[in-house]
Amino acid sequence: MSKLSPEDVRHVARLAALRLSSDEAEALGRDLHAILDYVEQLAEVDTEGVPPTAHAIPFETPLRQDTPVSSIDPEEVLAQAPARAGTAFAVPKVLDEA
Amino acid sequence: MNAPTHPDYEVVIGLEVHCQLRTRTKLFTGAPVRFGEPPNQDTSPVCLGLPGALPVLNGYAVELAARAALATGGEVQPDSVFARKNYFYPDLPKGYQISQFEHPLSLGGYVEIDVAGGDGPRRIGLTRIHMEEDAGKSIHDGAVEETHVDLNRSGVPLMEIVSEPEMRSPEEAGAYLRALHEIVRWVGASDADMEKGQFRCDANVSLRPHGATALGTRTELKNLNSFRYIEEAIHAEVKRQAALLDSGGEVVQETWGWDADAGRAFVMRGKENADDYRYFPDPDLIPLTLSEEAIEAIRTALPELPGARRARFEQAYGLPADQVQVLTASRELADFFEAVAEASGAARAAANWVARDVQAALREADRDVAQSAATPQSIGVLIGMVESGRITAKSGRDLLPELLTEGGDPEALVAERGLETVSDAGELERWIDDALAAHPKAVASYADGDKKSLNFLMGQVMRASQGKADPGRVRTLLAERLDAGGAA
Repeated sequence: MSKLSPEDVRHVARLAALRLSSDEAEALGRDLHAILDYVEQLAEVDTEGVPPTAHAIPFETPLRQDTPVSSIDPEEVLAQAPARAGTAFAVPKVLDEA
Repeated sequence: MNAPTHPDYEVVIGLEVHCQLRTRTKLFTGAPVRFGEPPNQDTSPVCLGLPGALPVLNGYAVELAARAALATGGEVQPDSVFARKNYFYPDLPKGYQISQFEHPLSLGGYVEIDVAGGDGPRRIGLTRIHMEEDAGKSIHDGAVEETHVDLNRSGVPLMEIVSEPEMRSPEEAGAYLRALHEIVRWVGASDADMEKGQFRCDANVSLRPHGATALGTRTELKNLNSFRYIEEAIHAEVKRQAALLDSGGEVVQETWGWDADAGRAFVMRGKENADDYRYFPDPDLIPLTLSEEAIEAIRTALPELPGARRARFEQAYGLPADQVQVLTASRELADFFEAVAEASGAARAAANWVARDVQAALREADRDVAQSAATPQSIGVLIGMVESGRITAKSGRDLLPELLTEGGDPEALVAERGLETVSDAGELERWIDDALAAHPKAVASYADGDKKSLNFLMGQVMRASQGKADPGRVRTLLAERLDAGGAA
């Protein structure tokens, strides 16, 4: 496993919406590297001819009927929000960066 | 292939359509799918992204997406996998969208298009159809220093239909979208109401010199929500890219939004912040498996598709193509016509009635054919009575709107109102006598050689009979009388 560059760490931090000091970036980079090394052990297993699998549970997806069920009370939900506008959640203004 | 849209470049267009599946509940929870509710009324812990809430797949949504896939000749996959597409946005409370990525529901297929002035029908290939959940809605009001979030739409089931980059003009792109729109509605997979955002299109557009095989750099156009805007936006983008290339410039890979009011595009996103979604299989969802039997059951239940139905209507009933187009505007109308044709025993007459009179009467009553109070059988019986001469076409047309809005038995209505055609000479002569006596001037001008007076007098007789007189008999009798001098 090649070492993670400081740019890699910053990139991952940005994707996770984290602002890191350079000390933090260095410490987290070491941690990340150790984690990747650990996972890398899996590469020792011979998977030649084994199809990739998305899940290890040997049963089928349960499917739901298309029947509406009453759920959580909207007022109860909105009561948890830091701010609301009518029945909408109000959040800090989004400057477009979808 | 069509004449090139641009003399120097070949235009290459691929389309991605997000189409809302016609379910009552969301993709992974039983929260209702409705339109126009106040914000956040149709949510549940799953679509709010509350910790610990687990998704359970809506089986009917799978069936609807599979219908669309099979109707477009796609290969529905025995195994498909839901993945997490990770990004942050306030209208995506989980921090990821559940979508199919590496293993979509369906691969391949095609949509047949036929552009006016083109070289006849041709197939546009589909890359894939996959299922995913919609995000919520962010409301940006310029006047307010905050963004409002409505999660009613969060988790609404969508299928994304991805085409190959095989369209060569904006017109082909428009034709593809119209054909696809018709199919998803026809098989009941989606209502595809564009005004409600149930059928949304992104277009990838690039140019390359004629004869080149490598694709040029593409831009993506988003926010295209009407067939007309889509064609306009692609036209404008082709022009923009061609001007750029002509002046020695380069097309930059960007995402553009379409401003319908201004009729021009604006840059939404450049390449420097291109997406990095870190897809991975969603551990909360086991892969979706569909047995061969399940897939075949969906295929078997598909209705006859629009293209096949049109061909059959033309051949089996001997109808002209433009009339068939009218009769197959929706599956409901096509079904209605066929039932009318069968009940009337006169398919071509039924075609005329349904394409013209029935449609006009329904429009007048502001209904569509699904809301007709009359059964197609009763309309067929009515047409049969006209065809056999039992009632006149006038009486038939008079009864039609009432049948369509109130329903009822045409036999009983005809009997009750005494609408049977009058062809008895004695009765007809009485109306003719009256007409001749009341309009001596018309009689005189006929004698002077103005044969059109006959039509006027016909009209008088028909009116006196309240439309019940047998028009053929009236014309014959009236002509005899006038030729004999019009004497009563």
